[in-house]
Amino acid sequence: MTKLVPNLSAHWDEADSHTLTGYQRHGGYTAMKKAFELGEDGVIAEVKESGLRGRGGAGFPTGMKWGFVPQGDGKPHYLVVNADESEPGACKDIPLMMLNPHSLIEGVIIAAYAIRANYAFIYIRGETPHPIRRVRQAVAAAYEAKLLGKNILGTGFDLEVVVHSGAGAYICGEETALLDSLEGRRGQPRLKPPFPAVAGLYASPTVVNNVETVASVPAIIKNGAAWYKSFGTEKSPGIKLFAVSGDVLRPGIFEAPLGITMRELINYAGGMVSDRPVKFFVPGGSSVPLLTPEHLDVPLTYEDMAAHGTMLGTGTPMVFDTSRSVTKAVVRWIEFYKHESCGKCTPCREGTYFMVDILKRLEKGKGELADLDLLVDISAQISGRSFCALGDAAATPIPAALKYFREEFESKLVGAK
Amino acid sequence: MAITEQFKNELRELIARYPEPRSALLPMLHLVQSVEGYITQAGIEVCAAEVGLTTAEVSAVASFYTMFKRYPVGKHHLGVCVNSMCALKGGDAIWNRISSDLGIGHDETTADGQITLERIECQAACTHAPVMTANWEFMDDMDETKAVKLVSDLQAGVEVRSTRGPKIRTFKEVSRTIAGFDDGEVDEPAIDDAMLVGLRAAKKEGN
Repeated sequence: MTKLVPNLSAHWDEADSHTLTGYQRHGGYTAMKKAFELGEDGVIAEVKESGLRGRGGAGFPTGMKWGFVPQGDGKPHYLVVNADESEPGACKDIPLMMLNPHSLIEGVIIAAYAIRANYAFIYIRGETPHPIRRVRQAVAAAYEAKLLGKNILGTGFDLEVVVHSGAGAYICGEETALLDSLEGRRGQPRLKPPFPAVAGLYASPTVVNNVETVASVPAIIKNGAAWYKSFGTEKSPGIKLFAVSGDVLRPGIFEAPLGITMRELINYAGGMVSDRPVKFFVPGGSSVPLLTPEHLDVPLTYEDMAAHGTMLGTGTPMVFDTSRSVTKAVVRWIEFYKHESCGKCTPCREGTYFMVDILKRLEKGKGELADLDLLVDISAQISGRSFCALGDAAATPIPAALKYFREEFESKLVGAK
Repeated sequence: MAITEQFKNELRELIARYPEPRSALLPMLHLVQSVEGYITQAGIEVCAAEVGLTTAEVSAVASFYTMFKRYPVGKHHLGVCVNSMCALKGGDAIWNRISSDLGIGHDETTADGQITLERIECQAACTHAPVMTANWEFMDDMDETKAVKLVSDLQAGVEVRSTRGPKIRTFKEVSRTIAGFDDGEVDEPAIDDAMLVGLRAAKKEGN
């Protein structure tokens, strides 16, 4: 049995876990002092060594991302925290910002120091006022304690942090769309390259990192890369916030080493809510292909998920029991991508529209066999043919759903019994 | 309306937070909604003037984002999540019930201007499905009965509290919070069982 390892969530049961006092009671803001001793490159080396990978879904190695920022280029550098959590299933960054915002702020200080940025932005989803309040308060408290601002702790390092609110657009979780949005534009993705590390915010070198990624940094610096790597697997080191939702007895947040299994998480969640077993689960948000009960013992790591045709994604599994309709779940996900498609790329804009039409026809019992092939075909036409990952995500649910539950789709066709 | 000098000063306060003025545009538009109740032409004009854009450019930005409304929003904005998890766990039933009770559909407002209803996408609270929002504050683990009570309490002016956060104020007031101004509600508890289920299990194991 894999043991849970509360790290970022270790003190959420204390009423003041969101305050400076609450954070400092448990050694908060000591990691930044160690970071200043390590030096900028020392911090990047330590984070590289820890093997920390991006927790926003893509899983890109964080230290490597920081290392891409050109140094001595004479341009301002920026750190942007992607706090636009809106992926269906993902619900870990919002609680983290409400209950432990100072871990994020300390992570921002360390990350900005490492990439030589004197400005950092926290782009928070607009529809979530309470996390906005809590992060704003944390930033204000850090300024007051002289942990932000000019000449932090006498090191000569300056850092300004701006808390920014989005306005309801899932696409702004895509890093280049987020940057356009932060520049006060429509949130549409940019063609890469150039990558943000070279030309990001205001055409200057920029690192965009997820909330959980940045918040994980202080513990890594404080306890060392070796400590972090003692959890998880070689390719997926460390600890992760798993948010388990759906038909389990106690849905919630579980902090555990990567490599924990879905069966173990379900056990921690008190088992299934009824005597109905798992029908399917989605390991990392709606943008990753679903899995079935035969995958309950597969370790939740980047590499094991890939080996089973899916992705770890945001690490926020949704669990559905045998009473749930896979076709209905899929319709709502595709409707979501249709609604959130920014309209820039034709395959995504038009493809999601047609997929919703076809799926609704199926739901009404008016679909034909050819519609199933058409759904697969449209998915293939979208995948890899749009600027950003939203298109790829929209192409994800149907092939996996049809692979495992083709009979359920066929049962809804015209003439089916 | 209320495009006063004080309002303009607050727009400038937002602009001053950023290295480039235009970056303040989204928060500025939230602030417009906090006084106007939606994105008015007057609001677009003042934002354009303050950041040095044309009104067409500001309209193009405002029309991209679903939180920016082109018609007056009611005193209270209610959202019902109808994405997969919430829909299957009761969100559809909640939607059908309150949409029918109020006699309004998606993005519509009751005749008395009290309530605007919206079918919303995932609110990042799937551990609390089915989820509603009241002026964007979390209303977790809802069902039809709770939804009906939420609506009637808001209509009657009875104090309602978020299940993870502060008391529910109005759409205009929360728009000001979202724009980036303090409202004194920050310490209202945001913790509940779902947030603690993992920590409790770990402590029980002695980790």
